[in-house]
Amino acid sequence: MANDGSGSDIVRADSSHGADASPGTAVIAADAFENPGLPPHRERVTDLDPKADRRHERVVSLLFYLSIVFSVAAIAAYFAIPIVENDPWSVRLNTLFLGLSIAGALLSIGVGTVHWGKALMDNAERVEMRHQTRGTEETRARSVEIFQEADKESGFSRRSLLRNSLIGALVAAPLPAIFLFRDLAPRDNDPAAMLAHTAWKEGVRLARDPSGTPIRAADVTLGSVFHVIPEGLEESEHYLEEKAKAAVLLMRLKPEDLNVSPGRETWNYDGIVAYSKICTHVGCPVALYEQQTHHLLCPCHQSQFDIKQEAAVIFGPAKRPLPQLPISVDSEGYLVAQSDFHEPVGPSYWERRGDYDV
Amino acid sequence: MPSPQRMPSSRRPSRRRGRRSPLATVVLLALGLVFTGSSYALFTATSAGDAATAASQESIDHGQKLFAANCATCHGMNLEGTEAGPTLLGVGAASVDFQVGTGRMPLANTGPQAPEKPVMFTEEDIQAMADYVASVSPGPGIPEEEYLQTTGDATRGAELFRINCAMCHNVAGAGGALTQGKYAPALHGTSPKHIYEAMTTGPQNMPVFNDANLTPEDKRDIITALKYQEEAPSPGGYELGSLGPVAEGLFAWVFGLGAIVALTVWITARSN
Repeated sequence: MANDGSGSDIVRADSSHGADASPGTAVIAADAFENPGLPPHRERVTDLDPKADRRHERVVSLLFYLSIVFSVAAIAAYFAIPIVENDPWSVRLNTLFLGLSIAGALLSIGVGTVHWGKALMDNAERVEMRHQTRGTEETRARSVEIFQEADKESGFSRRSLLRNSLIGALVAAPLPAIFLFRDLAPRDNDPAAMLAHTAWKEGVRLARDPSGTPIRAADVTLGSVFHVIPEGLEESEHYLEEKAKAAVLLMRLKPEDLNVSPGRETWNYDGIVAYSKICTHVGCPVALYEQQTHHLLCPCHQSQFDIKQEAAVIFGPAKRPLPQLPISVDSEGYLVAQSDFHEPVGPSYWERRGDYDV
Repeated sequence: MPSPQRMPSSRRPSRRRGRRSPLATVVLLALGLVFTGSSYALFTATSAGDAATAASQESIDHGQKLFAANCATCHGMNLEGTEAGPTLLGVGAASVDFQVGTGRMPLANTGPQAPEKPVMFTEEDIQAMADYVASVSPGPGIPEEEYLQTTGDATRGAELFRINCAMCHNVAGAGGALTQGKYAPALHGTSPKHIYEAMTTGPQNMPVFNDANLTPEDKRDIITALKYQEEAPSPGGYELGSLGPVAEGLFAWVFGLGAIVALTVWITARSN
């Protein structure tokens, strides 16, 4: 409609591109720099020499034939190098040759077409003049008229009962989705409460990960580190979720190396301490324990915790010490938890209180 | 053992005269090889037997001399330790065999960590020092051969490795950084004996994994998994050191993006 140019303003640059061509602006500054225009058109070898033209044509067709060869090779490779069960090497060769062949086939097509375009297609530069995007006055007046006619014919403004009831129906239509998607959120359990508690409780034995066998206090020699889960965790309904919260690192230090704060005197057993393995920064497993310096390093963001000072943060982005699991020993000599952690493990969340007392 | 028959100059005249069967050379060579091989085997077998029977006073005395000359400056004349080095009471023969057998001891200079370097002592000398240290106070011994075989359960070993070791040593055993210049070394090429001893004794900042934590069978499975990983071909192609996203990302950015930039330059360049 508004486009009154029909391609006639596309002109060859070297024939008519000159000073009279308007740059499409009414402002003519006195000190405007002169439009340098396009550099003069340069003929290519293929434009001048018919032999070169034929040679490039052969190259392009050769690339297309090469692509066919590669495609056939991909099919051949699929059958020639089958994936053998329990032989990882066969997977490697299979994917390698399939990938190389398919890549070669596609790349040959791509390189061939680009080369065709660059070397053989007409490459004369052309200039397309700008024109205004605003429609003509008649077009604009006519479109307003169309809207008014439509309103009159449909009675959208006049029949307010119809209009308003339609708006009401449109508003009500998405409502079922709210009730449907509500089911995606937890219903009978409060996620905040679930985050605050783990599978540890009084009397639960500390067990080795992954075997689940309980650990005697005597097994934990000086300098040892045990990766611990609560005993019986494998019977839990949500094993991985529970393990992700309850994972614990068990270490033994010399009792005199531990700086125990008031209220935590009974939380360790003869220098054996248990700390949550979940980093308080973003929840990576903190398990890089250095037995001489007693530092724990989180591999994700290099937070460091000092086990001698109750896992205080000594470096990195973590804000809180790792929660300590109070432990003792049962009548058979196995290590047991005294209770759950006294604060939620892992990183902060919206409902986490800031005032957990010990 | 080059016999004269093997030399071309002497073989040619002998064939010309035809006095010796052409097979004579081969037979003689084979006889010579069998003789040398068997006598060598006999010799080494007897010497190994000697060493085994004599975890003896002689070896301990030899070890004590070596210890006094090479280790006592830092570890003390009676293994009590000094300010420069920890006590060796109770570390056991396994610790000596690991530290000296991988060249970590004697220490070249102080630093965050004793690096692996060329071994300074012969097998017998290391054995003697291990015997001496073990004779002063008991500790973990050099592991038995049956737990150093790579015939265990690699799947189970890999799971134990992922839980207990991979956070420091990398899931493929390629090693990784710790704090303040310390690092967990790469495990490729480490002998099963030294891997076992490292788990038992916890050298430097590595924690101890005693037999109550990882049983000897567990340790054998871990060694099996590590050796399997070392020998098995990588299904994904070149591993780039198994270092994970950093090495892979660098490769993709440099070579992948480089190829795209090169193609873009070629596509937009004018043809001649």
